Amino acid sequence: MGSLRVFWRGLLDENPVFRLLLGMCPILAVSTAAINGLGMGLAATAVLVASNILISLLRSIIPDKIRIPCYIVIIATFVTMVDLLMEAFVPGLHGVLGIFIPLIVVNCIILQRAEAFASKNGVFLSAIDGIGMGLGFTLALIILASIREVLGAGTFFGLTLMPAAFEPMKLMVSPPGAFIGLGLIIGLINYVQNLREVRRRA
Amino acid sequence: MPNLFVIFFGAILINNFVLTRFLGICPFLGVSRKVETAIGMSLAVIFVMTVASLATWTIQTYLLIPFEMLYLRTIAFILIIAVLVQFVEMVMLKVTPTLYQALGVYLPLITTNCAVLGVTLINLNENYTLVESLVHGFAGAVGFGLAIVVFAGIRERLDYAPIPKALEGFPIALIVAGLLSMSFLGFQGLL
Repeated sequence: MGSLRVFWRGLLDENPVFRLLLGMCPILAVSTAAINGLGMGLAATAVLVASNILISLLRSIIPDKIRIPCYIVIIATFVTMVDLLMEAFVPGLHGVLGIFIPLIVVNCIILQRAEAFASKNGVFLSAIDGIGMGLGFTLALIILASIREVLGAGTFFGLTLMPAAFEPMKLMVSPPGAFIGLGLIIGLINYVQNLREVRRRA
Repeated sequence: MPNLFVIFFGAILINNFVLTRFLGICPFLGVSRKVETAIGMSLAVIFVMTVASLATWTIQTYLLIPFEMLYLRTIAFILIIAVLVQFVEMVMLKVTPTLYQALGVYLPLITTNCAVLGVTLINLNENYTLVESLVHGFAGAVGFGLAIVVFAGIRERLDYAPIPKALEGFPIALIVAGLLSMSFLGFQGLL
């Protein structure tokens, strides 16, 4: 598989959120504003790339039976590093994301990529896979967060977008809005997918 | 004492772990096809979360804080949880093999259930005492159980409902969860 395909696969065809349905908790929780989505996505991408590289390097050393605990310790180490770095350099964002930064440890995307890709492939491809999947996750976060922010607060990345007469839909920034918004987006993607399949068959 | 009361009902109804805090969404969506497996899953989570609250509080108070290693909390907590889940898995295999089969892959996945790690981190951030941590862990898991069992009940009915093809499966489940979450918003003014 070419490295370019590995990259795009994570972003589109096998988007971790929309297609593989992984990593739902942070997606739903931090998608109240686009900037939070971007910060969370990049933090997770950093951890994903670093852990993919290290696990790929160690793949012949880690014994098969205890691989999951090994992966978790590796991932937890990188998450701790990202957590401390963010606390030092972007304290505001760190405060907003709260416990969802340490919770990157249990983000299913990272463990799933370690198990399904990094443990079987070379360092370079694993790094590319990490970048692709991480950016796919970020993309999904930004899409959902933008929709929620625009509809729920009338702003986009903090800039006022809607005219003053616009009544913000408070529901969209509250928890139910996250579930319903994501449900509708995935429904829309399925709909387009179905249309394309019908057209291909015709 | 009233504080414990607030923590208990707060964690079940107002800050429901699944529907308001968004912790433990994966098992919430994954193991909620049948009420029976949902109940089994919640019992396992209740046990793991309560014991994890106890274990992490002990480690934090007697190991991490005295040695000034609090920055290692994420690594320490996840290891404790992984060991606990392994233990629950072995017990379940011996005691109820059928339930063990039904929960399948989701049992080891309790390790990566963010509700478990989440509750220990919230306990730490809120500076809860031992008793408060225990109550919070237990109540949080009960809240998780309540949400997942109610949700499984709805999903069993959903199988017979006519749903637009594009929304079948996951999307409709998310929308139902949204409606459920909306009804839990009604508890907001309770305490």
